Amino acid sequence: MRKQATLRLCLPVMTLWWREMVRFCRQRSRLVGAFVQPLLFWILLGGGFSASFRPPGTPEGTAYMEYFYPGIITLVLLFTAIFATISTVEDRREGFLQAVLVAPVTRSSIVLGQALGGATLALVQGILFLLLAPAAGISLTMSGVVAAVAVMFVISFGLTSLGLVIAWRMESVQGFHAIMNLILIPIWLLSGAFFPAAGVPVWLQWAMRLDPLTYGVAAFRRCLYLGNPAAVGEAPSLLLSLVLTVLFTGVAFVAATNAARRSAA
Amino acid sequence: MTKARTDMDIPAVEVEGLRHTYGAREALAGVTFSAMRGEIFGFLGPNGGGKTTLFKILSTLMPPTGGSVRVFGHDLAHESQAVRPRLGVVFQHPSLDPQLTVTENLMHHGHLYGLWGRALHSRTRATLDQLGLGDRASDPVKTLSGGLQRRAELAKVLVHRPELLVMDEPSTGLDPGARQDFNTVLRRLREQENVTILLTTHLIDEAEQCDRVGVLHQGRLVAMGDPDTLKGSVGGDVVVIWADNPEDMGVKMRERFGCEASVIDGALHVEHPCGHEFVREVVDAFPGAVKSATFGRPTLEDVFIRLTGRRLWSHNA
Repeated sequence: MRKQATLRLCLPVMTLWWREMVRFCRQRSRLVGAFVQPLLFWILLGGGFSASFRPPGTPEGTAYMEYFYPGIITLVLLFTAIFATISTVEDRREGFLQAVLVAPVTRSSIVLGQALGGATLALVQGILFLLLAPAAGISLTMSGVVAAVAVMFVISFGLTSLGLVIAWRMESVQGFHAIMNLILIPIWLLSGAFFPAAGVPVWLQWAMRLDPLTYGVAAFRRCLYLGNPAAVGEAPSLLLSLVLTVLFTGVAFVAATNAARRSAA
Repeated sequence: MTKARTDMDIPAVEVEGLRHTYGAREALAGVTFSAMRGEIFGFLGPNGGGKTTLFKILSTLMPPTGGSVRVFGHDLAHESQAVRPRLGVVFQHPSLDPQLTVTENLMHHGHLYGLWGRALHSRTRATLDQLGLGDRASDPVKTLSGGLQRRAELAKVLVHRPELLVMDEPSTGLDPGARQDFNTVLRRLREQENVTILLTTHLIDEAEQCDRVGVLHQGRLVAMGDPDTLKGSVGGDVVVIWADNPEDMGVKMRERFGCEASVIDGALHVEHPCGHEFVREVVDAFPGAVKSATFGRPTLEDVFIRLTGRRLWSHNA
């Protein structure tokens, strides 16, 4: 009896999660967009900057390709979250989600299914990217991989939730590009994914300090170098980063649930 | 018909003084009606008449800003969760996922209504067979024709055996054949399972197949009744005359025949007990002035014209 009640509660979450998995596998173009594009960015930007840019605040000899590596994985997670967001807006107006909204399920279970779906897809792509660590000059330890995967999951769950906060408030995808360029991309740019905080002007340092994703990237970076913390250079501590990342993810999820609840259709 | 349910005597839907405003704009201005079990009730009206707002409220997407809606005795404003399991909603835009197969769509739907496992599997198969979709079950929805997609949409909604169907312009985009086919499915559903159906439409032929029709105009129900009674309110035949100068001709006809002629979209509309004789009289009386004339039994559009002084669609369609 108890088992049945639990199943009933989990059923909508599971079914929405599973739908995301199936859809992703049937839309190859999404894989290209979310995986190949960041890969190109990493090779072109990383390679291009490596001659002129030695990231300050990192140990002697850290190549830009290596510094940029955790950042580009974060971009993979961000792109997947953006995809989930755009599809939610369309889905809600004239697609599958219309019917979900009149089904006897709570809005929080809808958001949970969506966020878990988005986070899982992001995680799969992040793990694929993790295989490229040797190419970046990073030697991973087993515990480092486990920790990095866990942090990736928390970050992508948080980013998807952040995207859903926007998606549930938007009436059409028209305005989404503006929001993406004004909110989501700057959050990534200022997170220490692209350049370190060391040596930048004070105002920019503050902006980076206030960016929640800074702590996600820092936690991820520290996990990658779990066996060799000295190689990280200047970055917020692991404990602080973990606490703030989990906090950000929790707040984003609650905000997404509220946005979904307030949304009429 | 199975009439053994205990709450069978309660109307399926009771709406009283329903109002809805978007800011300053009043979309519904006091709508009152009730629908009995097993009734097919259509809301006919032009775009902007309030149909979509009414649909959104009845489908639990949006709470009304005034008045009350009771579905199976439950107040929609406070007990929508009690109503939802018994409600099936068909949207104007498809809610099928085109990437998934027909069966996958139905399975997801079942999960959302707390069905799973073998029970859901057999329910899905039975519903697809019932709607004649058994052989397309494992095809992706995007490979189905428009008519079959619409039928699959209905199949999806029927998986959880709703007692009330609320549909927004259900035959949008269907050719007349597919529309007829969809209608037959609805009638069978009503006969076999006593499902109550509320639908909005701007199509005359769709409205005429309903048991009762409510005419929605500017947020109000300006008429309500079975299609024959509504059409009976129009006196006799409806004669439509096209002339070079309809206004002028209207005045002359009023003088000569003492009948009320109104000009709508450039054509003269006259109600007359005996259409074919009147057409001959008019043609004889104004030689050369009549470009063409038709007469026929009144349709629901004529009812709408009589009530509102305008056509359902602003252009001849």
